[in-house]
Amino acid sequence: MTGTGSLVRLALRRDRLVLPLWVLVTAMLPIVQTTGIAELYPTEQGLRRFAASFGANPAMEALLGPIQHWNAAAMGVWRAAFIPVVLALASLLTVIRHTRVEEETGRRELLGSAVVGRNAGLTAALTVTVAANLAVGLIIVATFAGRGYALAGALATGLGYAVVGTVFAAVGAVAAQLTESASGARAIAASVLGGTYLLRMAGDSTGAAWLSWLSPIAWAQQMRPFAGEVWWPALLAAVAAAALSGVAYALTGRRDVAAGVLPPGLGPAQAAPGFGSLWALAWRLHRGTLLGWSAGLAVFGAVVGGAAQDAAGAMAGNAQLREMMARLGGESNISDSFLATVVGVFGIAVSGYAVQAALRARGEETLGRAEPLLSGAVSRTRWMASHLVFALLGPVVVLAVLGLAIGAAYGAGSGDLAGQLPRVTGAALAQLPAVWSLAALAAALFGLLPRLAGLTWAALAMFLLLGQVGALLGLPAAALDLSPFSHLLKLPGGEVTATPLLVLTAIAAALLAIGLHGFRRRDTG
Amino acid sequence: MSDVISASGVTKRFGRTRALDGLDLRVQAGEVHGFLGPNGAGKSTMIRVLLGLLRADSGTVRLLGGDPWQDAVELHRRLAYVPGDVTLWPGLSGGEVIDLLGRLRGGLDQARKKELIERFDLDPRKKGRAYSKGNRQKVALVAALASDVELLLLDEPTSGLDPLMEAVFTDCVAEARERGRTVLLSSHILAEVEKLCDRVSIVRAGRTVETGTLAELRHLTRTSITAELAAPPGGLRDAPGVHGLRADGDRVTFEVDDDRLGDALSRLAACGVRSLTSRPPTLEELFLRHYRDQGAGPANPDARPAGGGIRPVDREARTASGDAR
Repeated sequence: MTGTGSLVRLALRRDRLVLPLWVLVTAMLPIVQTTGIAELYPTEQGLRRFAASFGANPAMEALLGPIQHWNAAAMGVWRAAFIPVVLALASLLTVIRHTRVEEETGRRELLGSAVVGRNAGLTAALTVTVAANLAVGLIIVATFAGRGYALAGALATGLGYAVVGTVFAAVGAVAAQLTESASGARAIAASVLGGTYLLRMAGDSTGAAWLSWLSPIAWAQQMRPFAGEVWWPALLAAVAAAALSGVAYALTGRRDVAAGVLPPGLGPAQAAPGFGSLWALAWRLHRGTLLGWSAGLAVFGAVVGGAAQDAAGAMAGNAQLREMMARLGGESNISDSFLATVVGVFGIAVSGYAVQAALRARGEETLGRAEPLLSGAVSRTRWMASHLVFALLGPVVVLAVLGLAIGAAYGAGSGDLAGQLPRVTGAALAQLPAVWSLAALAAALFGLLPRLAGLTWAALAMFLLLGQVGALLGLPAAALDLSPFSHLLKLPGGEVTATPLLVLTAIAAALLAIGLHGFRRRDTG
Repeated sequence: MSDVISASGVTKRFGRTRALDGLDLRVQAGEVHGFLGPNGAGKSTMIRVLLGLLRADSGTVRLLGGDPWQDAVELHRRLAYVPGDVTLWPGLSGGEVIDLLGRLRGGLDQARKKELIERFDLDPRKKGRAYSKGNRQKVALVAALASDVELLLLDEPTSGLDPLMEAVFTDCVAEARERGRTVLLSSHILAEVEKLCDRVSIVRAGRTVETGTLAELRHLTRTSITAELAAPPGGLRDAPGVHGLRADGDRVTFEVDDDRLGDALSRLAACGVRSLTSRPPTLEELFLRHYRDQGAGPANPDARPAGGGIRPVDREARTASGDAR
């Protein structure tokens, strides 16, 4: 453990911008949601109306978890149910960033040769991440208590967030021991997060509550903040985090620095005959991510489609709900509005995939891997295009898989496969113009201002926030319109107009052209 | 056209730093040209300009009869490049990278590739992340040397290789020259440059300070002399043109400007010479002189106190040769 203090300071120095950012955003969203809801819907009736307008029904509850109490604070925390997932993702990424990435780049070796204990790196990464999660919890308690909400509920919310983040920090610590590559560790840890989320969805939608209890991501909700708090899930989370950390320490003590527990394989001694073009290389570099997303969204799609079917079933037996939905505009809407919300959420997620694929070009350039290629008989345009193809067509594949999976599960359940399959697939693909504009923004920055290309992530985060809290904060329409996602159609079920989609696509095409042109004219490396 | 590379007055700025400040470079067809300079002198920047990866701010650059920026793709079919710091794709095996780079250049001599892999003792099945720095360097070297190209641009290609592999590399470059290839070799390893290069350009702070054959460079420079004397070398201390005099018992070593050699020898003779060795300056001495002269203030070493001035030189010479191994 010697040297942990110095490594903690090093980690804080390196993360001095990113860490405060995710701590503040995740910590502030619950109170922002809550106060927004409290102002707009001061009565319980109003809250129920809000829930209905937001698509609250058994399917939505599968997505966000059950609504536990009809008061503004409980509703605000429920509405922010995606935030613990973001916090979990940030936590596992932070731990991997300060452990496996350090080993992969060889920096750990440099530090390891100094007076630094074998476990210091892991301890420092966990210390920083757990401290950040505690900070999130404290800010939540302070903001809710400061606004006059019940202290017990504030404590349960804050503690719930902190323990969920901590459990996934430990998941990241275990994943970081397994593979030699940081990207492999990230994929493992993110799959665990996705899997636990699916578990919770399955548990909440099928009524098999024990499934939800297996999912750490649900433990924050099981503490029932502002709805008769239950405290022992925090203890459960603490035990889980401690056990996972123990596994990580045991693994780290058994392996060499820079080695993983899973052995790396050997590759072929020479390339396959077809492996001689930029396209072939790009396929090799992008295929893992593309296949991973496709597989993940196929599973999510099937679960979501099933949940939508359950919702329709639940409605059939619930006169009150049916009456409410009828007032909102017809019975078929209940599944449709849920599906439209789901598809919209995944549209934003797939934009993350697209931005990642587009920025891969920048990563290759800064790592010095573009140089040997561009010193071959290869035009810059073709090299850049080989990555952009995955940023533009990859989302088509991934969203089609999502749409087909939802459509198949929902259609098979409702007995209208032929009708639902194309309908839902079309709705998923209708997200593309917004996804493309994000990818194109990354391409334009890469071509013109390569150092700022990473700002595309900031733009995506801003659009996400605008969609989440923009309306609740009462921001002007002009600000909300900045987000390409605000111009998408509400599909399936909504009105179909081509204009906004065409305009977005045109903007994306223009940004792409700017990016390609800029890259032809600038210095590389 | 006998000039494979001809560049004059090339400048390149990065923000406020001037990486190239009027650099000239002329490389003739069929020669191995040494490109020498301290870290940050602009060698890699110039190679990147030649590759069309960077655009020069001003000056003219011709490469293989074309414009490296405009005609990059066409020109790149005829050249191969080895960067100083080779990074590989972590998931691709060395063999795959060699084939890929070769195919992107327009062809690889498979038999030659096999032979080079053997000579460099490379395991082509390992994945990119499993290679050490030296092995990554070998992957890029095999890909470049097995390519059927006219020009090799090598940017400190031996920086991670062990002495055995360095020798293999030296042989390979010599063979490339025999086959009529042109080579631009940027290097810090002076012994390597001395062994391989027909002509040399020395750059400093983005400018070419010296260019020519090694014989030309040695011309008008200093000769190193070691002598055993019968009497103390009193008269030499303040002789014009004598530098870095050091007396150790009856042994003296010093350097003398070539045009003052006669004068120094007659002063030596006056002390009674028992033995005498003289040799032309090594490239290392030339190299150090060029850097130090412009780096550490006074251009004229005479401005420093005699004797006191030589010590830092010696120390630098030792570290430089230590680095080279």
